[in-house]
Amino acid sequence: MSRVDVVMPQMGESIAEGTLAKWLKKVGDEVKRDEPIFEISTDKVDAEIPAPSGGILAEIKVPEGQTVPIQTVVAVIETDATAGVGAAPAPAAAPAASPAPRPQAPTPVAAGPAAAAPALAPGSQAPSPVTESADERLRRRSTPLVRKIAAEHSVDIATVPGTGHAGRVTKKDILDYIDTGAPAAPAAGGAAGAAPIAGPQAPASGGAGQWEATPWPGDRVEAMSRIRQLTSEHMVFSRRTSAHVTTFYEVDMTRVARLRAANKKGYEDRGVKLTYLGFIVKAVADQLRRHPVLNAAVQRAAIIYRGQVNIGIAVALD
Amino acid sequence: MPEVTYLEALRQGLREEMQRDERVFILGEDVGRYGGAFKVTDGFMAEFGDRRVIDTPISEAAIVGAAAGAAHLGMRPVAEMQFIDFISCAYDILTNYVATARYRANLACPIVVRGPCGGYVRGGPFHSQNPEAAFFHTPGLKIVCPATARDAKGLIKAAIRDDDPVLYFEHKYLYRRVKEQLPEDGDLVTPIGRARVAREGGDLSIVTYSAMVWKALEAAQTLEKEDGLRVEVLDLRTLLPMDDAAILATVRKTNRVMIVHEDTRTGGVAGEIAARINEAAFEWLDAPVLRVTAADTPLPYAPTLEDYVLPQTADIVAVARKLAAY
Repeated sequence: MSRVDVVMPQMGESIAEGTLAKWLKKVGDEVKRDEPIFEISTDKVDAEIPAPSGGILAEIKVPEGQTVPIQTVVAVIETDATAGVGAAPAPAAAPAASPAPRPQAPTPVAAGPAAAAPALAPGSQAPSPVTESADERLRRRSTPLVRKIAAEHSVDIATVPGTGHAGRVTKKDILDYIDTGAPAAPAAGGAAGAAPIAGPQAPASGGAGQWEATPWPGDRVEAMSRIRQLTSEHMVFSRRTSAHVTTFYEVDMTRVARLRAANKKGYEDRGVKLTYLGFIVKAVADQLRRHPVLNAAVQRAAIIYRGQVNIGIAVALD
Repeated sequence: MPEVTYLEALRQGLREEMQRDERVFILGEDVGRYGGAFKVTDGFMAEFGDRRVIDTPISEAAIVGAAAGAAHLGMRPVAEMQFIDFISCAYDILTNYVATARYRANLACPIVVRGPCGGYVRGGPFHSQNPEAAFFHTPGLKIVCPATARDAKGLIKAAIRDDDPVLYFEHKYLYRRVKEQLPEDGDLVTPIGRARVAREGGDLSIVTYSAMVWKALEAAQTLEKEDGLRVEVLDLRTLLPMDDAAILATVRKTNRVMIVHEDTRTGGVAGEIAARINEAAFEWLDAPVLRVTAADTPLPYAPTLEDYVLPQTADIVAVARKLAAY
């Protein structure tokens, strides 16, 4: 008999925690390997998590509704296996079933909810297990001074290359990093979630100011799901960091409609829906190449003209 | 301006204060007829007479006790401990009486207790001690440790003029090895409780006092030449009350600090300084606070062993490099 830890998995590179939404099994139930045993709700997606091994669900450590950092042990399964089975590593537990919106877009399109905006990485990071070594801790958290500088500039220490003891980030490292303004590695392709955002940090409460709405008699209060909370925060953040300009043009889409009608079936046969969105996105991408100032970001007193064109598409899940 | 040794500067300070204020007098072993074991009071008996330069019996407790009594009656005694190691004989009178007299009986006790401390002279364990830690945590006392000739003079004058008991720890190794040009006229007083930046730098700070200031400066030169490091050296000058503001300022400036003292490690003053830095300047630290001190052992007679036990410039350089690379 051996005990296998079931952990809160990491569903994406920038995700630091997850909410245990629902237990699908109770203590004492038999579970089969890969059978879903609980549901989680994270920044990006809700998912069913499979059991890392078969056996009996011996212990539930995290109740429904609780949010814990990734890698937290949420349950223990007792298996018949005698071989030493370590805790299931988080990436292996990623389920196949759910749509994870990827790649992440660094700049959300102005219209519509910005659910695909990169997750902000505030100073509080996922605490590591107690088994972390001093060197690991140093690489993760550096020193008080560096943390202070990181907080002041909204920089995630994990993204700064370190040249100090044990490869940790020194004062010089982080100051150089802030001065050059961009991470050494390219930002596109999934690593964008950890990219630093220069500018005001959206507070966890999501409000732009100190005012907070409160319920009055007769009101009904409903808690928001994590995704909805983040969508709300990011929408406000977007308005605080980019100027929003809205213009209306009437476009005759007749030729596009004809093209789509003619090719719809061919795409469907290959399992894909040919929507108007595809055409619009292509048109936008082409025009961004022709008008680079629309594909730029502001950094203090400079304009960064992006070399790549990335379009983020927000998808409604419910 | 003439160049003056550390010892001569101390002598000048004593003489000037005795000339300035007739209440000032000196007492100790061999201070009068002999002129002092190290000749600090050479010529004083001839100049000031035997009622102001008093040869005492060999009893440090009596020397300090007599000084305390004289101070209560309005005098300004300067009590000499021939080797500061012997101050332990006066521990009771200093801590239980002198430090508390003002608190207990509203009796001022403006005495100075001075003597040569430190090693590097093959003096062995009873003639090479650094006793500051023993008195450091006695509220009611002040402790000063001059490193330069200027401060040897400035601090003895300040100590004598202070209305409360001051322990003045001069360093025997520095007596004739440190020289400085000092102005002949004017009143050279070093304020008690104020540190001095002996060398400016931006990469790393060494907080130190007494003879170690010179080793720190040597180390700083090596580190600049070989490593391109700009090391700041802070000479505390006074240990009690310590100049917290100066320590804080250097920590904020360089974010990497090491403390160097010749005294042994455990319970040495460096621990207190590190604790204060931790409390007041944690957010400015980019590396742990490190120390260079003597090893926790009585000081050996054998020259090779003394050299091993006491901090050397190379030790300071090594730890500074570690700190810089953190």
